[in-house]
Amino acid sequence: MKWLIDSDTSKLEFVREVEEESGIKIFACYQCSKCSAGCPIAFEMDYLPNQIIRMAQLGMKERVLASRTIWLCAGCETCTTRCPREVDLAAVMDALRIIALREKVKPSERDVQLFNKIFLSTVRKYGRVFEGEMIGRFNISSGHLFKDIFKAPKLLKRGRLKIFPALTDVKKMKDIFKGTEDI
Amino acid sequence: MKYAYFPGCSLHSTALDYDESARAVAKALDVELVEVPDWTCCGASPAHVTNTFLSLSLPLKNLQSAEKISRQMVVFCAACYSRFKFAEKSLAENQIKEKIKKIINLEDIPEVKTRHFLDILINEIGLENVQNRKKQDLKGIKVACYYGCLLIRPPKVAEFDDPEQPSCLDNLVEILGAVPVSWPYKNECCGASLSLSRTDIVLKLTNDILQDASEAGAECLVVACPLCQANLELRQKDINKKYRKDFSLPVFYFTQLLGLALGIDKKSLGLHRAMVSGDFLLKEKGIA
Ligand code: SF4
Ligand code: SF4
Repeated sequence: MKWLIDSDTSKLEFVREVEEESGIKIFACYQCSKCSAGCPIAFEMDYLPNQIIRMAQLGMKERVLASRTIWLCAGCETCTTRCPREVDLAAVMDALRIIALREKVKPSERDVQLFNKIFLSTVRKYGRVFEGEMIGRFNISSGHLFKDIFKAPKLLKRGRLKIFPALTDVKKMKDIFKGTEDI
Repeated sequence: MKYAYFPGCSLHSTALDYDESARAVAKALDVELVEVPDWTCCGASPAHVTNTFLSLSLPLKNLQSAEKISRQMVVFCAACYSRFKFAEKSLAENQIKEKIKKIINLEDIPEVKTRHFLDILINEIGLENVQNRKKQDLKGIKVACYYGCLLIRPPKVAEFDDPEQPSCLDNLVEILGAVPVSWPYKNECCGASLSLSRTDIVLKLTNDILQDASEAGAECLVVACPLCQANLELRQKDINKKYRKDFSLPVFYFTQLLGLALGIDKKSLGLHRAMVSGDFLLKEKGIA
């Protein structure tokens, strides 16, 4: 695929945004691709991790934020550990997701973001994760109705699934969620 | 030794056996664990990919409660461990410290250090000491020690083992009488955070991991993370179905193998809760 990089696509504003959100200097990257060589999810990504960095350096905001890569990154920290230029790529991926959310870009991996959202909303509500409700809500919202459902009886029998949520410190949790959202 | 103990959400649900064996082992080694009062979720991956402030505030809130008990907090979940260590690092150097203090209404950042129990075991109690308390030998059982990601990466955060050639679990099982196999996939990712949303990816990664372990001759795996355990064990049947395999590899928590060696009964270690039971293997080896 050919892309034309002109003064319009090269919005360096985006570089500043990524660097500010991640605290990482992305121009330190010299494109050795070591990050992509070790990335366990690379086989499923539309752009390799080093390509994401390169695109970010060039200010290709729309393409980067619309990529599946930023949602598929599992945060395994392999790239961050191995980068010879100490580019914390895992932190850059976090920053890109946060920017995408802030700018209301539709996540190309819908279910990944859906899971994150439902996970956090159960934590906000109960203080701790409540798997039963979380999985139920995820299945309903994602349309995978019976996913993992057959595991439930086996887990219940072994005491590895809770029937009721453990409500803990809910008021304080609400304040924290609210406080961090308002910033 | 008295430590604040942060179990985390998994150890109170799908990884109840990790919590049980953790407490039993700590007791046998004279380590006092006091549960952090009113502990709440550390935020795990969904928080740090959504909002940086949230990902720091949630651990901090728990450190605040932990401080009442001890200046050292122990965790067993590698993912919680990582979140607490990240918070510790960021809050030490960042200006966001002031903002965070406001959000959770704090005067000062609590001075509590978070440690994984493996770190305590190796660097405080000492493996020699553990060996001296051994009541049962693990009789040459062949173990693939699986480190995954967050226990060892990134090294500036995880701090206590080598990120490419980790050895703490191997050293531990070896002194207990097991034989750690040598295998390249010990620190590959299992895809934990994608477990529900992109299960297909997780099944591929875990299939590769189990394949490598079994080719190396392992009879079981040992882990130090409830998310790794769930992906490798709870989903083993799904892996078999998708990839037409017949893996039947028990995935123990290191606390369960350690507990057996310390002479703790199987029930107290939660071994009956496994989906891929270790009973047959243990019986075959003559480990009571
Ligand atoms: S390993 Fe580092 S320097 Fe090399 S391409 Fe990746 S981010 Fe750039
Ligand atoms: S942190 Fe993300 S980008 Fe980096 S190696 Fe892991 S999955 Fe790939």
